[in-house]
Amino acid sequence: MNGVEGFMYPNEIALQWSVLIVLYPFITGLVAGAFILASLERVFRVEAVKPTYRLALLTALAFLLDAPLPLQLHLGHPERSPEMYFTPHSTSAMAMFGYVYLWYLMAVLVLEIWLDYRRDIVLMSQQSKGFLRLIYKVMTLGSSNISERSLAIDERVGWIVTIIGIPSAFMLHGYVGFIFGSIKANPWWSSPLMPVVFIFSAMVSGIAAVMLLYMAITKLRKQKIDVRCVDSIAMYLFYIFIIDFSLEMLDLIHRIYEADESFKSLNFLVHTQLFIPHIVIQILMGTLVPIVLLGITQVIKLPEIVRKRMYAVAGCLTMVGIFAMRWNVVIGGQLFSKSFLGFTTYKMALVTREGLLAAIALTILPFIFLWVLIKLLPPWGEEHEAAAAD
Amino acid sequence: MLILLPAAAVAWKSVQAGTPEDSPNYKMTDHWWGMLIDVPKCIGCGNCVRACQTENDVPDGNFRTWVERYHVTDENMTSPEVISPDGGKEGFPVAQEDAGKYFFVPKLCNHCADSPCTQVCPVGATFVTPDGVVMVDQSYCLGCAYCVQACPYGCRYIHPEKHVADKCTLCYHRITKGLTTACCETCPTGARQLVDLKNPKDPIHEFLKTHSVQVLKPQMATGAKAYYYDLDGSVR
Repeated sequence: MNGVEGFMYPNEIALQWSVLIVLYPFITGLVAGAFILASLERVFRVEAVKPTYRLALLTALAFLLDAPLPLQLHLGHPERSPEMYFTPHSTSAMAMFGYVYLWYLMAVLVLEIWLDYRRDIVLMSQQSKGFLRLIYKVMTLGSSNISERSLAIDERVGWIVTIIGIPSAFMLHGYVGFIFGSIKANPWWSSPLMPVVFIFSAMVSGIAAVMLLYMAITKLRKQKIDVRCVDSIAMYLFYIFIIDFSLEMLDLIHRIYEADESFKSLNFLVHTQLFIPHIVIQILMGTLVPIVLLGITQVIKLPEIVRKRMYAVAGCLTMVGIFAMRWNVVIGGQLFSKSFLGFTTYKMALVTREGLLAAIALTILPFIFLWVLIKLLPPWGEEHEAAAAD
Repeated sequence: MLILLPAAAVAWKSVQAGTPEDSPNYKMTDHWWGMLIDVPKCIGCGNCVRACQTENDVPDGNFRTWVERYHVTDENMTSPEVISPDGGKEGFPVAQEDAGKYFFVPKLCNHCADSPCTQVCPVGATFVTPDGVVMVDQSYCLGCAYCVQACPYGCRYIHPEKHVADKCTLCYHRITKGLTTACCETCPTGARQLVDLKNPKDPIHEFLKTHSVQVLKPQMATGAKAYYYDLDGSVR
């Protein structure tokens, strides 16, 4: 059989979960990570990262709006997906997706953004004209009181929402890890560490994404990058990355040492088909190199320009590494037979519903969402510009 | 609108679907179905695979049941050589080597009592009937393939035309009418036997008492009900 080595159960030869299912945990990871970065300022009062606070929230929202689309496109019957809301199966981890998603979207992210922007929205609804005015009017939800007292309440409620938001962000992505980690039939996935690894890798990818976006957008706007801010973000990225890498290595060492019945098969896979995506791209290029780069900036006092470039390179490599991690989990977990006697291959189609073009479109889409959100709700106020100028 | 329109479509479809066909003399709670597979009796003829594909209109390239041929030698006891060309539908090529032992293992859905596929289905479209058969409501299935991932035995697939999960139904349309399954019906050696564990007169009770019987991957604790007699330890 073409593309098959050894013995596969006959129904296993074609992969069921494609590149779109790789995108799903990648995108939700960015959401959770971006939100955690925003909460650093809001809850933990890390003032240095303030210039990225609103951008992080808008990034989280843009990617969250995109997150269910790969799943929807992957379904054999997308028109039946409302059934997950109306008749959820209580024993299914996947059935909770709709609720976790809606909770996070409506009760956390949209609410927090609205509370944070309410003053700006009210002002813009008074200053803008025509259709925009109408949009801002609707966005005020009829609440146009921007007195000191009212804004203080916004601030207080926003803080509470963020407090609720942190475990919710953990739940959003930990749950994605649980979807994989709870499949006992698949030894590549089945691990209680999976949700924890997913949470930390989500924080890594989300923080790196917001750092890169902040640097890129500030450059595009011809503004000065707040180095104190990116220094702080890079520091958090470095420490969380070390925790993430330690957890992944713990999982790996445990598998190697335990060497259960699946080990020979998985070991062969990692040394053949997954060698480039797993060892080279995920571990070496996408984890160790950025950790070393970020580590150097922590111990050696380098000039500003060098630091910024190192952050940019480390950030880009991090994104590649985390994407590779999602790829290796989703695709790698389907390349071996559950008989542990053979291997199949994944051939990505180009112009199909689950092909490369659809994946590229779904990767670009959140940036379009973000562009619209930034136009509608500019994340940079005067105080942020002042902070950058200092 | 995005939610309401598909919801209305789903509701209308369920109204149109009506109630399932009745089998007036069949009482689900009186039965608990499974299958006994007598491994030494299987000759790898592929009759069962062909009968299943014809009876259940199984698409080419997918299998509700299939047959594997194991070749186990002293050197490869933990990694035997296994083949199943086209699911064993047209039989097997003549064995080339004399060394070691050859045997056939028919496979099908194990109709697990604690089935992982049922557990993970997000809408409950896959379910265990009161008489112990794991089924898929194809008018309800989303086609997410989570159940395919969760089955440890590789017994499920996504139907290429219907875009929903598909699998062995233990010929439910036949067994509820007092018939046996298509695969059991056509097996020339009686290697496959439909069993009803709730029927005190079923010979399975005597067989289980007097023979060494095993299920596949017992460590998965799925409550599998495909019982294999004389199963070699190398079988996966």
